[in-house]
Amino acid sequence: MLIFIFLSSGLFLGWSLGANDASNIFGTAVGTKMLKFRTAAIVASIFVVLGAVISGTGTSHTLGKLGAVNEISGAFMVALSAGFTVFWMTKLKLPVSTSQAVVGSIIGWNWFSGTLTDYNALIKILLSWITSPMLAAVFAIIIYFIVRKFTMVFKVSLFRLDTYTRIGLILIGSFGAYSLGANNIANVMGVFVPISPFKTFSFAGIDISGLEQLFLIGGLSIAVGIMTYSKKVMETVGTGLVKMSPQAALVVVASMSLVLFLFASNSLHTFLVSHHLPAFPLVPVSSSQLVIGAVVGIGIAHGGKNIKYSVLGRIASGWISTPIISAIITFVALFFLQNVFDQNVYKNVSYKFSAIAIEKLEEQEIIIPPKKIKKYYKNAISLKRDLLRKKIASKSSIRTILNYTQYDNLRIDHLDTFNRQSSNYLSEDEISAINLLKNQEFAYRWQFKEAMAELNGFWKIPENNINSLTEYEAKVDYICDYFTQNKYVKIK
Amino acid sequence: MLMPLFQKTKTLENKFDDFLNVTVETGLTFQLGFKSYFDKEFEKLEEYVTTIRSLESKGDLLRRDVENQLYSETLIPESRGDVLALLENIDNITNLTERTLLELSIEKPEIAEEFYSDFLNLIESMVSTVDEVINTTRSFISDPLKIKNSIHKVYFWEKEADKHAEKLKRAVFEKAELELGKKFHLRYFILAIDSIADLAEDVADRLAIYSIKRSI
Repeated sequence: MLIFIFLSSGLFLGWSLGANDASNIFGTAVGTKMLKFRTAAIVASIFVVLGAVISGTGTSHTLGKLGAVNEISGAFMVALSAGFTVFWMTKLKLPVSTSQAVVGSIIGWNWFSGTLTDYNALIKILLSWITSPMLAAVFAIIIYFIVRKFTMVFKVSLFRLDTYTRIGLILIGSFGAYSLGANNIANVMGVFVPISPFKTFSFAGIDISGLEQLFLIGGLSIAVGIMTYSKKVMETVGTGLVKMSPQAALVVVASMSLVLFLFASNSLHTFLVSHHLPAFPLVPVSSSQLVIGAVVGIGIAHGGKNIKYSVLGRIASGWISTPIISAIITFVALFFLQNVFDQNVYKNVSYKFSAIAIEKLEEQEIIIPPKKIKKYYKNAISLKRDLLRKKIASKSSIRTILNYTQYDNLRIDHLDTFNRQSSNYLSEDEISAINLLKNQEFAYRWQFKEAMAELNGFWKIPENNINSLTEYEAKVDYICDYFTQNKYVKIK
Repeated sequence: MLMPLFQKTKTLENKFDDFLNVTVETGLTFQLGFKSYFDKEFEKLEEYVTTIRSLESKGDLLRRDVENQLYSETLIPESRGDVLALLENIDNITNLTERTLLELSIEKPEIAEEFYSDFLNLIESMVSTVDEVINTTRSFISDPLKIKNSIHKVYFWEKEADKHAEKLKRAVFEKAELELGKKFHLRYFILAIDSIADLAEDVADRLAIYSIKRSI
């Protein structure tokens, strides 16, 4: 029950995403009476859930790299602060995107917990905010000309065009809902992935992993938002903001859906990476901003007249203001939750420079003179500051240093309890492999991973498959959390 | 699920097409009716009156069917208002054509032989105006780029109808031996035929606006 209380902030985010963003997909179709709201809501709900469960891992993985919130109360506050930011800025009629608010909140948690923000992941995310609406505009121009050519070449009658448009709106709307679920579930449940309480369970012969269960609940909250509140928003979009023909709406939805899919598809990402081609980063992007990008694209296709550049300016200002406001609100909220309500909002992660860690870093061509550094660092920020100040390491090597010096202090014992508790989450073979390491101690999780990989094939580190990698990392986190001798610290 | 949807669309397209065909046939029947009157073949005229009446009724039925289907199935929401207005305005052409031929059959005006060719020229211009506006309507539905090709023809033939109407009216009123009452009687028919061409021009004006709205 407590779990669901902590998940509630994510579910609230999911509900508001469904209430607001479904209109980007079906708003014009419903507003212009091409589709009934009931049809749109049912189709959107089904496909949003499918997208979240089947393809939601990729974007969550990227958000996790930005900052892995390692306590459930911390995750609760991150999601709540993001939701509050969206709510407050909407009330003030300022442009806001859920994706950007969540990123700001994660950075706020990083500041509070002393965790280093992965700047590579952050830059990837920021660039995606800028490039995704542009890509939507480009796709809109291409698709617009294809649709226009099609109607001209095949001399499609007004009545037949109406039928094709309705069918197109349903099919493309389904794809759009799937892509929305796949891309944006990270906003809803991404912060809860590292500390997901769900274990794998079997139903009718099918294994449903903890991650899939988490995304299913998140997807269902989006579906509830669509069913309960999106009608009003859809009717406003359809008749209010931007007047579009149903065919133009089809072009906009198709462009938006394609971009959402490109920034969420694991299989496409894996395919491009394996063929040494540039791949789209798997990042949650704002569907509202993609719609605006696509509408601008159609405006350009019409000759570039009547484009309101002030609207574009407002979006760009939102890229800066939303994450900053969200980060500040999160920081303050975490302070209150930790100090007033006495909740641990993060597990302390410390770092140890032992001889073996220094040797491992030498293998990566990172030389650390032992006499110049401390043996222990209480968090990532203090480690980075010290190493950079003393010019011992470059900025680009810090992430590698953190990976190899994160002090987990593992001891593999109390296996009876572990075996019992883990039987729903880990397979028999995986549990048996861990039992072979009985009474062994590992200062670092990389040592533990290497030891497990040598045992048998069940613990080999997956490569080039984000789904498997995310599942693998989640299992390693679970095992390390269980066997760590470290206690987390209450900061007063 | 898709087949019934396409079947409904096909049925609607066919009904709309039939409605346009009815309007063209009404014009041709009108032309033949007047020719029979000039040839003193009054029985044939009555047959053409019967034909034009059934065409007009058929047109009304088709128009109502199309309107009902458009509303009940909320089809073409963006263009529905335009298409419904189009149907009503084209129906006005059919109605006036039918009414004028019926008046010819009832009132049997005295038309001197010297006016026959001018009347036939006026009627031919009127029929051409109606034909071209129907072609323009078909382009609006299926091939909006071709609207410009036929719309200027509508204006051309309407101007021709105006010229023939004016020439005929002048000729009628300059004929001193013709009684004023008979002059006014002929004027009524000249005006009615010219008005049919004017109605067709009105439809063309609307189509010019609708075609701009139709681009995606």
